[in-house]
Amino acid sequence: MELSGGEIIVESLKCEGVEYLFGYPGGAVLHIYDALYQQKDIQHVLVRHEQGATHAADGYARATGKPGVVLVTSGPGATNAVTGIATAHLDSIPMVVLTGQVPRAFIGSDAFQEVDAVGITRPCVKHNFLVSSIEELAPTIKKAFYVASSGRPGPVVVDIPKDVTAPNIKIPFEYPESVDLRSYNPVLKGHPGQIRKAVDLLVSAKRPMIYTGGGVVISDAAEELTEITRTLGYPITNTLMGLGAYPGTDSQFIGMLGMHGTYEANMAMHECDVLFAVGARFDDRVTGDVEKFCPGAKIIHVDVDPASISKNVKVHIPIVGDVKIVLHEILDTLRQSNQRPDNPSIETWWARIRKWQADDCLSYDRASKLIKPQQVIESLWEVTGGDAYVTSDVGQHQMWAAQFYKFDKPRRWINSGGLGTMGFGLPAALGVQLAHPDAQVACITGEASILMCIQELSTCLQYDTPIKVINLNNRYMGMVRQWQEFQYDGRYSHSYVDAIPDFVKLTESFGHVGMLIEKPADVEPALKEAFALRDKLVFMDFVTDQTENVYPMIEAGKGHHEMRLAPARELA
Amino acid sequence: MRHIISILVENESGALSRIAGLFSARGYNIESLTVAPTDDTSLSRMTIVTKGTDEIIEQITKQLNKLVDVVRLVDLTESLHIEREMMLTKVTAMGGMREEIKRLVDIFRGHIIDVTETSYVIELTGDGDKLDAFIKAIGGKSIIEVVRSGVTGIARGEKALKV
Repeated sequence: MELSGGEIIVESLKCEGVEYLFGYPGGAVLHIYDALYQQKDIQHVLVRHEQGATHAADGYARATGKPGVVLVTSGPGATNAVTGIATAHLDSIPMVVLTGQVPRAFIGSDAFQEVDAVGITRPCVKHNFLVSSIEELAPTIKKAFYVASSGRPGPVVVDIPKDVTAPNIKIPFEYPESVDLRSYNPVLKGHPGQIRKAVDLLVSAKRPMIYTGGGVVISDAAEELTEITRTLGYPITNTLMGLGAYPGTDSQFIGMLGMHGTYEANMAMHECDVLFAVGARFDDRVTGDVEKFCPGAKIIHVDVDPASISKNVKVHIPIVGDVKIVLHEILDTLRQSNQRPDNPSIETWWARIRKWQADDCLSYDRASKLIKPQQVIESLWEVTGGDAYVTSDVGQHQMWAAQFYKFDKPRRWINSGGLGTMGFGLPAALGVQLAHPDAQVACITGEASILMCIQELSTCLQYDTPIKVINLNNRYMGMVRQWQEFQYDGRYSHSYVDAIPDFVKLTESFGHVGMLIEKPADVEPALKEAFALRDKLVFMDFVTDQTENVYPMIEAGKGHHEMRLAPARELA
Repeated sequence: MRHIISILVENESGALSRIAGLFSARGYNIESLTVAPTDDTSLSRMTIVTKGTDEIIEQITKQLNKLVDVVRLVDLTESLHIEREMMLTKVTAMGGMREEIKRLVDIFRGHIIDVTETSYVIELTGDGDKLDAFIKAIGGKSIIEVVRSGVTGIARGEKALKV
């Protein structure tokens, strides 16, 4: 079968089992778009901005575990995609981004819509390629999918000059069955000696803590994590990226940790003697001041990326390997040995943790006459039976979503944790809804974040994605305002969003349903009404208390035990 | 501490900028960097001299290993090794100085590889200290131009960095 470059790309994507291609056409990719037009297997999703394409593909990838695939044109198409590529990079999300490039003969001539896409994306991809001949196309796409989805996943950019895709040049097509990259061999199995040492240390613990991150979700190891945690009977905390990997409603789960983590999770981190870190990377938002981090703990760290180990915090027992495989190995070793946890010590430890929990650090004023954002998330959890896919943007609403929506399953909580990209939520929800057409999908956002990718409401109409947008509208960039209140004596420099649009009218003009909710008593009925509209996108504009802050909070330079608690709580 | 890291990378366009970019993006220091293809033309060998605490050097080697183009690497300074750098020095050489410079070149086991009525070009190979000592000996006034290749190195004995 002889195919042109454009056709080879489309056929290669089919061989990879791609269902959706998120993209936006332009000059350099017109040959590819022509090949797409002549087939029915891959559905192209036409976004309204290339940033939206990358976030939608990213949301799809997070919700399914399969790589998200993007097609954009050269120049501005590629640069607009960069924010989404960097977002996926920091959260280790598998993604393949095909960027058009000017014809080979024009490269380097400052041609129309030319940009060095490989150069621009180099620091924010797992790897990238410039395809220099039609013969390289299929093998490069194969490599791109393999690199993107193996080891520690990440985005891979394939830059394709227009003339490589020309319809008049055809070569025989054969998609490679395997890839051989001598320079890339992720270690997946844990070192047996290290695993034995880890088990010895785990069972010897008197005040253990299990701290897990996005790696557990990515590696599809929620089941193994749950089993190991229950077998040991130890307390567990998740990072922002790791929520849902262990059931949020389980009694061994003591909440998220870190800057806006629970009092009990952070205090338990501070006082633990053995820390079992799994698929987490000791991010600064998690550790607080590293000098004060887990001062008395021996640390076991399981991660597929050796560079994540001892990067920010020195660990005692590093185990390089795929989380799922290593947890299996640890479980097996634990079962085969006669060692069991020190139950009396663990009971004493739990008693201490239960005392911290009794402080109820997430309490808020439930009698308020204004809508409290926390109330909206709690109601959302109830109305959706705790089983929705929830995407979010970035800021206070993101933290409240993480604190108050108790995720029981992995891949349900989809947010930009590493890069903190405002504008992520709506396009990500689009990708999630396409991946799971019958699922309830909510996008928790704020009036500032949502405006960063509001144009994707148009895409949502075109592809019938009945997302429920939960806009926590406090007329401020809430997290900026909160920091300005705490650290800049309330000088609210440019954190007030003046001239906010009428979101109901705006949504209606995009062909969706808009709702304005202003009273606490209306929150739950409105959510029920919105979710009853199963085939409609509903934008719910909740007018919330402007002054509400996210608590607890670990401020810069502070340790886990130095949290700032809600003012009412501190008085109590 | 000073470390010499030898890296085998795929001989592909962009490999050098990936490595140089890693150092600048993560704020690592590069004292010198040399690169050329090896006997296996699909591979290039790069030698990077860097400085940092043990923790930073550990991160540098891990981050380098993480790059898809990096096939293998070794920190030469972890074991016995030989390091060499080549220096070309153009000096003013007139009158009585001509003989004196030639003697100095012989002492340092260098070669004069270009001669005009007023100048020499001297080729000298050795470790960094030797090259520094030569510059000092010849004196700043007579030096017209100095070019150093950057350090390259190899492990002593049978150990080898190979695919």
